[in-house]
Amino acid sequence: MSVYLLRRLLQSLLVLFGVSFVVFAILFLTGDPALVLLPPEASAEDIRRFREAMGFDDPFLVQYGRFLAGAVQGDFGKSIRHGEPAFWLVVERMPATFELAGAALLLALCLAIPAGVVSAVRRNTVLDYLSTVVALLGQSMPTFWLGIMLILIFSVGLNLLPSSGRGDLEHLILPAVTLGLFTTARITRLTRSGMLDVLNQDYIRTARAKGVADPPVVWKHALKNAAIPIVTIVGIELGTLLGGSVITETIFAWPGVGRLSVQAIYNRDYPVVQAAVFLLASTFVIVNLVVDVLYTYLDPRIRLR
Amino acid sequence: MSRAVETAALPLAERPPAVPEWVLLLRRLARRRTALFGAVVVVLVVLTAAAAPWVSPFDPLLQDLENRLKPPMWRDAAGGVHPLGTDHLGRDLLARVVYGARPALLVGFAAVTISGLLGMVVGLLSGYFGGRVDDVLMRLGDVQLAFPFILLAIAVIGVLGPSLGTIIVVIGVSSWVVYARVVRGAVLSLREREFVQAALALGAGDARVLARHILPNAFTPWLVVATLDMARVIVIESALSFLGLGVQPPTPTWGGMLADGRVYISTAWWLATFPGLAILVAVLGINLFGDGLRDTLDPRLKV
Repeated sequence: MSVYLLRRLLQSLLVLFGVSFVVFAILFLTGDPALVLLPPEASAEDIRRFREAMGFDDPFLVQYGRFLAGAVQGDFGKSIRHGEPAFWLVVERMPATFELAGAALLLALCLAIPAGVVSAVRRNTVLDYLSTVVALLGQSMPTFWLGIMLILIFSVGLNLLPSSGRGDLEHLILPAVTLGLFTTARITRLTRSGMLDVLNQDYIRTARAKGVADPPVVWKHALKNAAIPIVTIVGIELGTLLGGSVITETIFAWPGVGRLSVQAIYNRDYPVVQAAVFLLASTFVIVNLVVDVLYTYLDPRIRLR
Repeated sequence: MSRAVETAALPLAERPPAVPEWVLLLRRLARRRTALFGAVVVVLVVLTAAAAPWVSPFDPLLQDLENRLKPPMWRDAAGGVHPLGTDHLGRDLLARVVYGARPALLVGFAAVTISGLLGMVVGLLSGYFGGRVDDVLMRLGDVQLAFPFILLAIAVIGVLGPSLGTIIVVIGVSSWVVYARVVRGAVLSLREREFVQAALALGAGDARVLARHILPNAFTPWLVVATLDMARVIVIESALSFLGLGVQPPTPTWGGMLADGRVYISTAWWLATFPGLAILVAVLGINLFGDGLRDTLDPRLKV
């Protein structure tokens, strides 16, 4: 057990190391930070002195080493636009992004698991077809279009819900639905196929044969076993949700990390971009580590591999 | 041995008619109604993109500032009907939606080709050689997957500047992991099969075994992933265009039109509605076809 965990932990650290390298390399290779940082009227001599002072002329690996040493201490430099430490700018916005992604995930699980289970149990009925069609549409619909259509219907048309900003529950509804629909669709389909697999197993027949009533067979015996792939996908979907928040936050003017980083990219505010990408990627890696650990409790066979 | 000789000795006429395997597969695929429907939708979208000038009589770039934001079915002075209305510069929306299929399909096809080839190579090497090679390549895949993809794409495109080539390369280079994992899985089980062991025992080199014996058998799961990935790439292309980082105006793109439509959402609902519907139809068609393909070729594949 502990060997497995230790190996998994080392893997995660390695991945984070790789992420830091790529984040640094992309922005290193794609432009001269001195030209961005200095005012346009700076002379060639100013630029030269500035580059020297900031260490921009050092070899790539030296600069990367400095970046990494800062990054592990949460120091990504100061935001070019706001003048504050980039790390804290991003950290301040994280609760908003977690709130949105969490709400979307919660919504997805609450809708998708019952829909998938009912779909599998009542296979080839109207309910099954309905849920399958909705899932297919949900998987094929671009997030940003869904968001605009929801604004068109519920904000512009019916004037029921606010179309931008963060605040009470009302503000959360449209962004969470927008962000969560794709995940809902995926989990619905996965639950349905997982349940169909499990319902054909011998132990389900045994449970039924010894007289266990229908609801406990479905919701206890079957769902517990179908839950394993669902738990995995939740970890992966969180990545989709964190990434998808970039677009959803832009549409609904949601003050999260996604919107901050899009603005930072437009403003060429590289420290903020680096901090945001690194922190979002770290969140994803940590969540997946936690999921893997939970997983070994659900399915002890994994520990033995 | 003697059986083989007997079979070979049978006169040609008595052998069962040889139907190529792919014809049988196509027949099985065509029996799935949803897959057939998806295929028809995809073909229609491709034909529409190819025949854009004949589908819509109007020029997608021709501005008419006096007739901005006209609603669907509006009839102009010359008697021409604009079925989807006009946009904020008076351009015919149907023409723009029809022409918008071109960059979407082009980026989709080109990016899938790049990531598909990359992933195929990585998957073959990783699964066949195992050990160190496998460890390094799969950890690289983990790093790739840990990135919020859209953010990475925005960062790179934001710095390099948006162009058709940049978009294709960025999407193509960063989407190989799923292909690699699926191909690797297939190779791992193929490597232990008798015909591969036999080829190795007969002295075939690694390159020959990979190209002649493993690649053809790992192709099926790859094709399924490529089909479904095409749908994902089209959504990403329009998302980038939506953020202003896709193919640049005045070239019509579905995402760019949606971004314009968002600005006029309270006055002209059709501007944001129809380009999105176009994306939905194209992506739904590909997804339906891809699902059917998976269920026909490899039902256990989890993609």
